Amino acid sequence: MSTLIEPRAGGAAVNDSGEPYLVVENLTVKFPTEGGLVHAVSDLSYSLELGKTLGIVGESGSGKSVSSMAVLGLHDVKRSRITGSIRVNGREIIGLAEKQMNHLRGNEIAMIFQDALAALHPFYRVGSQLMEAYSLHHPSASKRDARKKAIEALDRVGIPQPDARIDDFPHQFSGGMRQRVMIAMGLINSPALLIADEPTTALDVTVQAQILDLLQDLQREYNSAIIMITHDLGVIAEMADDVLVMYAGRAVEYGACREILSHPEMPYTWGLLSSVPEVGASTDARLIPIPGTPPSLLNPPSGCSFHPRCVHKDKVPGNLCSTELPELLPGRAAHHLKRCHLANPDQIYEQEILPEIAPDTVSAADPTTEGEAPR
Amino acid sequence: MTDPTPEHGTKPTITDDVIEQIQANVTEPHAPTELDLSREPILEVENLRMYFPVKSGGVIRRTVGHVQAVDGISFQVPAGGSLGLVGESGCGKSTTGRMITRLYKPTGGAIRFAGQDIVPLSNREMKPLRQDIQMIFQDPYSSLNPRHTVGSIVGAPLIVHNVVPKKQVLPRIQQLLEVVGLNPEHYNRYPSEFSGGQRQRIGIARALALQPKLLVADEPVSALDVSIQAQVVNLLQDLQKEFDIAFLFIAHDLAVVRHFCPEVAVMYLGKIVEIGDRETIYAAPHHPYTQALLSAVPDVKQAVIGGRRERIRLEGDVPSPINPPSGCRFRTRCHLAQEICAKVEPPLLQIGKRHKVACHFAGELGKAPSRPVTAQLLGVDDQGNTDPTAAPVTAVTSQPGYADTWVDLDTARGAHA
Repeated sequence: MSTLIEPRAGGAAVNDSGEPYLVVENLTVKFPTEGGLVHAVSDLSYSLELGKTLGIVGESGSGKSVSSMAVLGLHDVKRSRITGSIRVNGREIIGLAEKQMNHLRGNEIAMIFQDALAALHPFYRVGSQLMEAYSLHHPSASKRDARKKAIEALDRVGIPQPDARIDDFPHQFSGGMRQRVMIAMGLINSPALLIADEPTTALDVTVQAQILDLLQDLQREYNSAIIMITHDLGVIAEMADDVLVMYAGRAVEYGACREILSHPEMPYTWGLLSSVPEVGASTDARLIPIPGTPPSLLNPPSGCSFHPRCVHKDKVPGNLCSTELPELLPGRAAHHLKRCHLANPDQIYEQEILPEIAPDTVSAADPTTEGEAPR
Repeated sequence: MTDPTPEHGTKPTITDDVIEQIQANVTEPHAPTELDLSREPILEVENLRMYFPVKSGGVIRRTVGHVQAVDGISFQVPAGGSLGLVGESGCGKSTTGRMITRLYKPTGGAIRFAGQDIVPLSNREMKPLRQDIQMIFQDPYSSLNPRHTVGSIVGAPLIVHNVVPKKQVLPRIQQLLEVVGLNPEHYNRYPSEFSGGQRQRIGIARALALQPKLLVADEPVSALDVSIQAQVVNLLQDLQKEFDIAFLFIAHDLAVVRHFCPEVAVMYLGKIVEIGDRETIYAAPHHPYTQALLSAVPDVKQAVIGGRRERIRLEGDVPSPINPPSGCRFRTRCHLAQEICAKVEPPLLQIGKRHKVACHFAGELGKAPSRPVTAQLLGVDDQGNTDPTAAPVTAVTSQPGYADTWVDLDTARGAHA
């Protein structure tokens, strides 16, 4: 299969300009609507190097899909206001002409959508959809070459008898197979950046595991960067190098996956961890929901947008939480950014949250917490 | 089968105290539901089957085959307790739920609700029983009529079954909305004005309106946001405790089922492959499919270790239920499969106090026996051929409950060797 996609120059994590492959700086996306201006994404910054995976977590409406659609330039210029900077391989995306964007889209940056049945065209055979994706960026390729590529791509994502299945319609595939077709379409032009928007949410656990394996294998082979959008922290834990937690259009916590999931410092991340039961947790572990509902982005709450649902806001002196938006500042470690006024989040997490959600780990974790206390 | 015990016989009613208590509770931390062994089963399902005909094309449309969606399953749900039904999509778990609410008429078998078999009943005879068996649907967007107000959605069962006088319907609707944590003043709004979590609460209020004894919850939280899922699960736990409702909890999320249900049944291709109490199923599963399913769930704790979790890889796809594999239905994807698996179907064998498994090579992960544990019981040799010298030791039946005696895997194995 080495003919399908040429592996990228090994280990080149940075490009000529010396910055990571994808840099998003102060991205703000607003949609004017009849009801007012929707602040879908506010002041979002992150970066991603080739060969790495960034996991974006958040609830629906937290801006995780909107921000990554901006990377692909999928927002209608007339219906959205986008400011900030998105640089792919040193090239500015925002304000790029549609013609040049078309050249990038599907070629250097590709997206895998959540609902493969809705994303594939029901009237066309999967083969012709795959061939179109290839021919668009390889105008000189003959129809036969494109078909060969499409069969190779289907084979690569593990679809049995690809030369027969290529002439099937999307509805003739099972859910997992359809998702593989989507991935094959995303990979056919060997993009350097792959955005996977909830690629496994609609799938069963065993199929989900197969798809995640496939994405990891392909990433290893072609050294692509992957943005993995999901609300499943388990998927993040197994796939991502970095994690970005989003709430109400803002990054509330950002850092290395291991650091964020083992020492979260923001009450919303605590809430996410404690409101999802775990298959392997002890049977004494309790389920603590986050009270209330996600805020409307038409009128985001004043101060910290999480404060109306935060159970720890009275630990902050005065009414700082409701009046002042906390900055995204380094916490415990330098590469761990959090947006919260709490002065001692580590202590609260270990003393109040962990005993409820993972009573079995508290006793074992004690010695280490002693060592980390004088910080 | 007897009626529920006297102290649980009277239905608890919705009072202001109850509403206050539930509302105060929902955002509190909730421990997993416990198993109460003293309760009699309210629902007994025995050898239940559902075959959907497959019609040929053309004018005559002959039946050319059957989709064996559910093929001979048996289980019990205790009064006020809950049984979880897990499995991949297409394994027949939703079909089971729809048969128990009699939205489908089963092809065969028995569903005994409080001692009465509801399979042969006509729609007219079913009507009084529908008060006691209600359903919560998966998708809160398509299960509520967008042109009806919340009040008329929640009030419809009250009017259909004529349980309260006309004048009291509205106060009752408001009470119900309050119980599920919605503003009672909102009875005049339409479903589109509510968020997903709130809509699911409307669905729950509708199911509660008749104060059922059994609720079939078909994926009640899978369409909801993570932070809202926990609220709804806690609400269901409180309602169960307060109104003594039994739950058949259908879900594909193994973690939610583990939290909600003290007993769990795992289905594969229309059959129950393993059933037992929570501790056994999650800590010491004996069926290779259960083991594979559990090992595939991503774990947050993996973040500290890095990389992917070790898991059992299942090859291929679920076979078609129109033409299921011979013998054991899981054998085409099973790493333990041998000759006997293709020839003889493994019975659902009780191997512990509250643990049944349907596998010839049942054993804990990594400790699967090398010779079939069931061969002697079924009267066949190790390859699955009929063995005239080995008479079947026990008649293997598919009783819904658990027996006092069971097959001990170690001694059965020892006796055979």
